[in-house]
Amino acid sequence: MTTLPKTTQKKLGLVIDLDTCVGCHACVVSCKGWNTENYGAPLSDQDAYGADPSGTFLNRVHSYEVQPEVGPAQLIHFPKSCLHCDDAPCVTVCPTGASYKRQEDGIVLVNEDACIGCGLCAWACPYGAREMDQAAGVMKKCTLCVDRIYNENLPEVDRVPSCVRTCPSGARHFGDLGDENSEVSKLVLARAGIDLMPELGTKPINKYLPPRPKDVAPEFDILAPYLEPVAETQKGFLGWLDKALEKI
Amino acid sequence: MHPAGSVIVFTVASGLGFGLLTWLGLGLPDVRGWGAFWYYALGFGLAGGGLLASTFHLGNPQRFLKAFSQWRSSWLSREGCLAVVSMAVFGLFAIGAIFMSAIWQPLGYIGALLAVLTIFATSMIYAQLKTVPRWNHWSTPVLFMLLSLGGSGLLAMQGWPSMILLALAGVMQLVAWLSGDGRFESRGTNIGTATGLGVRGIVRAFEPPHTGNNYLLKEMVHKVGRKHAVKLRIIAFVLMILAPLGLLLISGTNLMFVVAAILHTMGTFAQRWLFFAEAEHVVGLYYGKR
Repeated sequence: MTTLPKTTQKKLGLVIDLDTCVGCHACVVSCKGWNTENYGAPLSDQDAYGADPSGTFLNRVHSYEVQPEVGPAQLIHFPKSCLHCDDAPCVTVCPTGASYKRQEDGIVLVNEDACIGCGLCAWACPYGAREMDQAAGVMKKCTLCVDRIYNENLPEVDRVPSCVRTCPSGARHFGDLGDENSEVSKLVLARAGIDLMPELGTKPINKYLPPRPKDVAPEFDILAPYLEPVAETQKGFLGWLDKALEKI
Repeated sequence: MHPAGSVIVFTVASGLGFGLLTWLGLGLPDVRGWGAFWYYALGFGLAGGGLLASTFHLGNPQRFLKAFSQWRSSWLSREGCLAVVSMAVFGLFAIGAIFMSAIWQPLGYIGALLAVLTIFATSMIYAQLKTVPRWNHWSTPVLFMLLSLGGSGLLAMQGWPSMILLALAGVMQLVAWLSGDGRFESRGTNIGTATGLGVRGIVRAFEPPHTGNNYLLKEMVHKVGRKHAVKLRIIAFVLMILAPLGLLLISGTNLMFVVAAILHTMGTFAQRWLFFAEAEHVVGLYYGKR
């Protein structure tokens, strides 16, 4: 049923730290690697070795330049996948019931056996989190690695989404954002985590931790003031040239 | 948004088809026997042909029966259900009119109501999307319904009613274009809110996540043809509204109705192409595009 559950017992999701993400795309690769051979249809590529390659990915890393009013511009790497919204517009538009949000943990999933591949859920998603697989003709999206997080065949350390397990800089965190005592909730509180496009009312579960403010480098050399140039005006030949050119 | 041919044919043809069935259900014109047959053949052909065209862009059309299940929440599912129910009602109504020369008027009224609701549901598939500010407005369903009923009024040879509806559609089209042009900005969604970084300074897309194309860009960041938008708007408006009105003011012969209907349909195809091509999805912001 594509009506949304009123509440979910848990709100499983990701917390992504924009301060520590180094933009290595390891999460993109590990996501594709895990998800192409597990839940549902493989993540196909088209013309992979040709002139116009494209393919299905559930996680992509953008990079943005932010120019503050004062100070140098900052480069921020920005991983983006499904935000598992509480008020997910992609779920309610689905005509077949293939899209659903789980009552037990809040994960938004696609039942690929019921998906007709109309693409309306991808239109309804503001975040570009859903991509139609061009080979299977069904909608693909982040499953929060539902086949890992509850998988008792895996060692406990691996029972997190593939992207989180892989991230070499510790920029990705997984947990229950509905539980205010969870590690991820504390992190969001401590770092003032934000929602993407909050004005669209989707109530995303995934949060983004904004980059920490850059500190200003202190004056570290007590002799530096004495090394500043003292002569503001040129003397000698250069001074004569400067004056001569001024007169012309 | 990518103006897919199948969706343009679907919305134009089924809009005119369900519009024509509405007129027939109201007894305008009151046709029976063979005369009625051709009217209903055209109505069902356009409505059903449009619905069939809509399945061409599906990834797995063989599962279409499942699309009738989610009418509680999904406008697309509602549209499918209403289309099938109204065509079933008109099937019965048409049998009476064609084979028994009997007009079962209550059935016609019910069918007309269902057909109008079908057109409304079609328009709501687009109007519901907050992600496409240009569509997410009351003018979208009003314009779809006025165009469907006004244009099909030409097929039903209804002079003044269709002229009035087309004139109103013209006004509503101008409202939709003029108010739609600035709606993306006025909604306040920009690269700053999309990334949440806008409070820190001016945000610029520095490097895209992939060097090639992808589904999102092909489907939702369609830019081709926007530069000809003004010319296409004029062509669409002249063919869709002004030409039929002018022709019917000159004379009300059957030939005029046929020519007016053909011109109107051509204009509506241009209008519907623009409806998709000009619509900008907020996901483009993540790519620094519109």
